[in-house]
Amino acid sequence: MTPTYYLLLSALLFSIGAIGVLVRRNAIVVFMCIELMLNAVNLTLVTFARINGSLSGQIMAFFVMVVAAAEVVVGLAIIMSIFRTRRSTSVDDANLLKY
Amino acid sequence: MTHEALLFVQAASDTANRVGAGETIIFWILGPIALAGALGMLFARNAVHSALWLVLTMFSLGVFYMIEQAPFLGFVQIIVYTGAIMMLFLFVLMMVGKESSDSVVEVLRGQRLWAGILGVGVAGLFIGIVAQSLDDVTSANLNGPNSTNGGNVANIGRSLFTDFLFPFELTSALLITAAIGAIVLAYTGKADKSGRKTQRDLVAMRFRGEYSRPSPLPGPGVFATANSVATPALLPDGSVAPESLSDLIDSVPVTDFAHDLEVSSGTEHHAGAHALTESGSDSDEEVTRS
Repeated sequence: MTPTYYLLLSALLFSIGAIGVLVRRNAIVVFMCIELMLNAVNLTLVTFARINGSLSGQIMAFFVMVVAAAEVVVGLAIIMSIFRTRRSTSVDDANLLKY
Repeated sequence: MTHEALLFVQAASDTANRVGAGETIIFWILGPIALAGALGMLFARNAVHSALWLVLTMFSLGVFYMIEQAPFLGFVQIIVYTGAIMMLFLFVLMMVGKESSDSVVEVLRGQRLWAGILGVGVAGLFIGIVAQSLDDVTSANLNGPNSTNGGNVANIGRSLFTDFLFPFELTSALLITAAIGAIVLAYTGKADKSGRKTQRDLVAMRFRGEYSRPSPLPGPGVFATANSVATPALLPDGSVAPESLSDLIDSVPVTDFAHDLEVSSGTEHHAGAHALTESGSDSDEEVTRS
């Protein structure tokens, strides 16, 4: 087997995450699917770093992790405040910016 | 170049490209587990189950990073993703509670079908691209950067503080913005409770006369024979307190506890010199509900 297999696995994980973002109605699960897509991209970056023999890919994966952490914190805070006003986390219910 | 030399070059690049047997075994064990975790997250009805399936996938990816010559990222993946981010997800799920389960109503008709077709198409596209263009790529391993100048972690740190210094500083700005944003979004201060009065305010308002009476309504009467809500309370002169009568329950007639009333008010019927006088017989009136 070659490192290319990691890229195939990463493509599958990314596609599953994309399907989840389109299909699931719960905002928190949609967020988890986005996390899965970011993880798949990280696996791609790490594999390419290995194929290229350079650490730059690993550093980019590190930055992706930092951005993902910040994004999760803000996103979950938004979901919490929406839940506080609407008593629901379904993305179908949040169809107005106000109220 | 002769045919044998060509074969030899092919074989040499093949061995350089191939990974070790141990890594192959780990990949074929953990790869299906990671896929199963992702599919479980996709299909689990309960959001908490989805989070736990995703933890499985992320843990597998952490092990993948470790065997792909990125030990630092592998540990960061396990600590940050499975340790911090997924636990944050679980905290929010626990706060949001049971309402977080997914609805099965399809708002847009045929959306699931088209999303599935699209996802399979994207997967086919990616796999086709990777299989086409990276089939015979030669892997330059990270043995050099991971063994010189202090190893993987030291080299990543050196790159972060030299070549990637500006993105690294931008990261700090992003993190502090995210922290302040989360505080602002999740904070529910006193502004939220401004409509609610404290007990101290209520007492002051009662004594200013903004309510009909300063004290609570009298409770039901408590006697030796009855302490039910249907028993009317008695005022000091022995009459029934009208506020203690419930609107919903038929109160007990006063005659039922006339003896208790006589005992408590001191007009009990004693045999004696005044036994034939007519004092204390005026409490026989029958009071039901006001």
